[in-house]
Amino acid sequence: MTNHWIDMQHADVVMVMGSNCAENHPLAIRWLQRARERGAIIISVDPRYTRTSAFADMYTKVRSGTDIAFVGGMINYALENDRIHKEYVVEYTNAPMIIKEGFDFDDGIFSGYDPKTRAYDKSSWAYELDNKGVPKRDKTLQHPRSVYQLLKKHYARYTADKACRITGTPKDEYLKVCDTFTSTFTPDKVATWLYAMGTTQHTHGTQNIRSYVILQLLMGNIGRAGGGINALRGESNVQGSTDMCLLYHIIPGYLKSPHIDNTSLKAYLDKWTPKTDDPMSANWWGNYSKYVVSLLKAWWGDKATAGNDFAYDYLPKRSGNYSHISLFERMYDDKIDGLFCFGQNPAVGGPNAEMERSALGKLDWLVAVDLWDTETASFWQRPGVNPVAIDTEVFLLPAAASMEKEGSVTNSGRWMQWRYQAVPPPGMARTDAWILDRLAKAVKKEYASGGAFPAPIVDLNWEYGLHEEPDVHMVAKEVNGYFTRDTNFPKKNKSFKKGDQVPSFAWLKNDGSTASGNWLYCGSFTDKGNMAARRTPEDAINKLGLYPQWAWCWPVNRRIIYNRASVDPQGKPWDPNRWVIRWNAETKKWEGDVPDGGWAPGTKLPFIMRPEGVGCIFSTSLADGPLPEHYEPLESPVNNLMSSQQSNPAIKIWATPGVDRIGSRKEFPIVATTYRVSEHWQAGCMTRNLPWLVELVPDSFVEIGTDLAKRKGIEHGDRVVVSSARGKAEAYALVTERFEPFDIDGKRVDQIGLTWHFGYCGLAKGDSANVLTPHVGDANTMIPEFKAFLCDVEKKV
Amino acid sequence: MSVSRRQFLKRSTTGIATGVGLLGLHPSVAASPPLTLKTAQCKETTTICPYCGVGCGQIVSVKGGKVINVEGDPDHPINEGAVCSKGGALYQIANNERRLKKVLYRAPKSDQWEEKDWDWAVDRIAKRVKETRDKTFIGKEKGKLVNRTDGIACLGGAALDNEECYMLSKLMRALGLTYIEHQARI
Repeated sequence: MTNHWIDMQHADVVMVMGSNCAENHPLAIRWLQRARERGAIIISVDPRYTRTSAFADMYTKVRSGTDIAFVGGMINYALENDRIHKEYVVEYTNAPMIIKEGFDFDDGIFSGYDPKTRAYDKSSWAYELDNKGVPKRDKTLQHPRSVYQLLKKHYARYTADKACRITGTPKDEYLKVCDTFTSTFTPDKVATWLYAMGTTQHTHGTQNIRSYVILQLLMGNIGRAGGGINALRGESNVQGSTDMCLLYHIIPGYLKSPHIDNTSLKAYLDKWTPKTDDPMSANWWGNYSKYVVSLLKAWWGDKATAGNDFAYDYLPKRSGNYSHISLFERMYDDKIDGLFCFGQNPAVGGPNAEMERSALGKLDWLVAVDLWDTETASFWQRPGVNPVAIDTEVFLLPAAASMEKEGSVTNSGRWMQWRYQAVPPPGMARTDAWILDRLAKAVKKEYASGGAFPAPIVDLNWEYGLHEEPDVHMVAKEVNGYFTRDTNFPKKNKSFKKGDQVPSFAWLKNDGSTASGNWLYCGSFTDKGNMAARRTPEDAINKLGLYPQWAWCWPVNRRIIYNRASVDPQGKPWDPNRWVIRWNAETKKWEGDVPDGGWAPGTKLPFIMRPEGVGCIFSTSLADGPLPEHYEPLESPVNNLMSSQQSNPAIKIWATPGVDRIGSRKEFPIVATTYRVSEHWQAGCMTRNLPWLVELVPDSFVEIGTDLAKRKGIEHGDRVVVSSARGKAEAYALVTERFEPFDIDGKRVDQIGLTWHFGYCGLAKGDSANVLTPHVGDANTMIPEFKAFLCDVEKKV
Repeated sequence: MSVSRRQFLKRSTTGIATGVGLLGLHPSVAASPPLTLKTAQCKETTTICPYCGVGCGQIVSVKGGKVINVEGDPDHPINEGAVCSKGGALYQIANNERRLKKVLYRAPKSDQWEEKDWDWAVDRIAKRVKETRDKTFIGKEKGKLVNRTDGIACLGGAALDNEECYMLSKLMRALGLTYIEHQARI
């Protein structure tokens, strides 16, 4: 999230698209209700009339997988009607920048595409630079190669009629949504955009988000109170686990994991440190070297020296894609021997779940750490499988629950909040920290006597106290960072002793004098103490509900990021009634939230994490195009009406025989999607084992529109079987008017939806919806397509 | 001195008990001893809900070493004391017969779990890690140093605390893993 939960109350329009927050983030509704009490309009756009739709002031339907057509039409509506925040667009986005000659777009394909590799050469998606190396701008926005004109040309094709023919949205409702949302283009109005997995879990998920961002930039809504682009994250610490980079492509603090071609620390930094010649760009990532060297110092301590590239060689180097789908494809190919699973349950939550369960059977060993027996840990005794045929050795380690240990979690609004141990874990259960500590020490012992490249293990800095339980405060202090030697900053007239905590990442250095496990969390545990544990309920002077002394927020306790875009180039808030920061001409300082850098107004551009310094309407770096373009999901009931390019040309097509099957629309004519209910959570272990919640929702179900049910002879409460090219799942039919058929360019298209929480373990059991979903992912992130695939449904006979 | 919402509610307990008579309830109720909350004389700790990403504050009450109540934290600025159906069921995470309390082990081809102790399990896992890592470790690929372990993968972390995620990230990368993924990808 750029903003945070409490901030939603300041919006004039709330767009909920790709999220069902009333169901999945129930307390979000508290703040949307406050917004409504102020007069805000809440819009819900969803294939199904959800609990959020019931709460909203305005609802319209959209066929799964067609967000870009829907939002593309909104962008066109804004441009056609000149409903853009002109000064914001000119000063704070790349709309006036000129793109080099050679950029082109034809019939669904951008310039640079190679069909053999299914990849783009992006060299033609670049800015035209002046003689100082700064992107050329035309602030009148008239240059035919300006981003603004390219945007206009691209989305002129997305008329309201065309958009509605693709999405199946009724045109009158669509135009009402366009009108309401784009009414926030004036500086005194603001809209927020809330999304979740309904947006990301598509073959074009990243571009879905990009389309929202483009619209929010055109409205001038990013950086503002009540605005921003807000991913509603679904797990209590999925923000923190992402910040700590438990993902193959990044290491803590969103630093790139080294690639095989980054053969030295210098090569790594040359490749990944963003560069700019624009004096107006703060280019914060220019500090890359300080963050990487500080991380290496935190991990390998005295063994990381300037003489050995700070032990850069100890970091593994990647040479391919190692994301979830790739990982399971490789495991299925019998090329992964061991797997750790810390509180994750891919046997229910993974796409093409039966394939992933089979893959687990090819492991030599599996270590599952959980509160419960899970479908993943017990894959060898799942229905229809003979355990004797499975050679995998399985360890199931009992873990501690949230109130049985101490530590912090980071919520969706980036608030790092400390929690305490109320009781010890039951029986032999132990905290994950304890398990990791024991494991690290045991592996270090094994490697003390040699083995394959033992240095990174033997030299690993791993001292978390002398007690049975590792000291999480010591871990938190290391994450924040400390000085490794006495250090002076003569220019700032400040000095630190060896062992002092680093006050914020502005003090981190690339000479080995600082260690910091995650630069983004630098400032969270300083010599002033544990900032995440703070509970002072006082608000800041702008009275927005920022509560700057409650918990701690990355980065540097900044509660709304990109907040320099909330003021005009003179430092005056666009909206003085909801100001986030403002420049005090007397003190020569910013007031309000922690600003995105303390520079005086007009001296630095506001989007400090971008080398351009501005918000990117046109992207030069994504895998599948600089502007979002509508493609159909890989499995779709209709042809693409925008171009002859049916699906995203840059996605990887997996083709393991027998398991990566793609369904035809003849055999599987119905669109299916998956979702959750309030009473259950994710893959279900944390709720299907709780009697109270099982009583509320004891079974999985399939929502089927009344008309489709009638044609299929299905009645409410019948057992039905949903089938796809991957498998079959049985559930109760919930016959409802909440799913209406879509009129797609004159063709009737039906859509159904399934809850995906269930599996063969726990108190409440049921078939997993993910046995139906395909192994195909987004072109940029490889996040699986859980939200739009083809199926059929029949009454169980 | 500022009074937190939590303190206010606590102080009001007596007021509620006194007020019962005024509400016209049966005299026997009004005559009963002053109401005490079930959480009276409990050890209280604050926590953050382990379910979705809203980050609601909750209060865990412990009596006799047992969690006897979990409720929304009225002082918490996000949820102001409210919780949803899942947050309201947190008590049953702490008190649940289905929780794992022992280390379980399933031998190859076996059709059942066996109970083991921690020392045995940690030692055996460490040995398996070393064996697999040593077997699958790639020092150089195409002539370039990669120092990578392709034979081991690691999943999960969104349910762990930040400090644990950090330890996990650090340990697995030190082992040379690149197959490190978790819930954020799916």
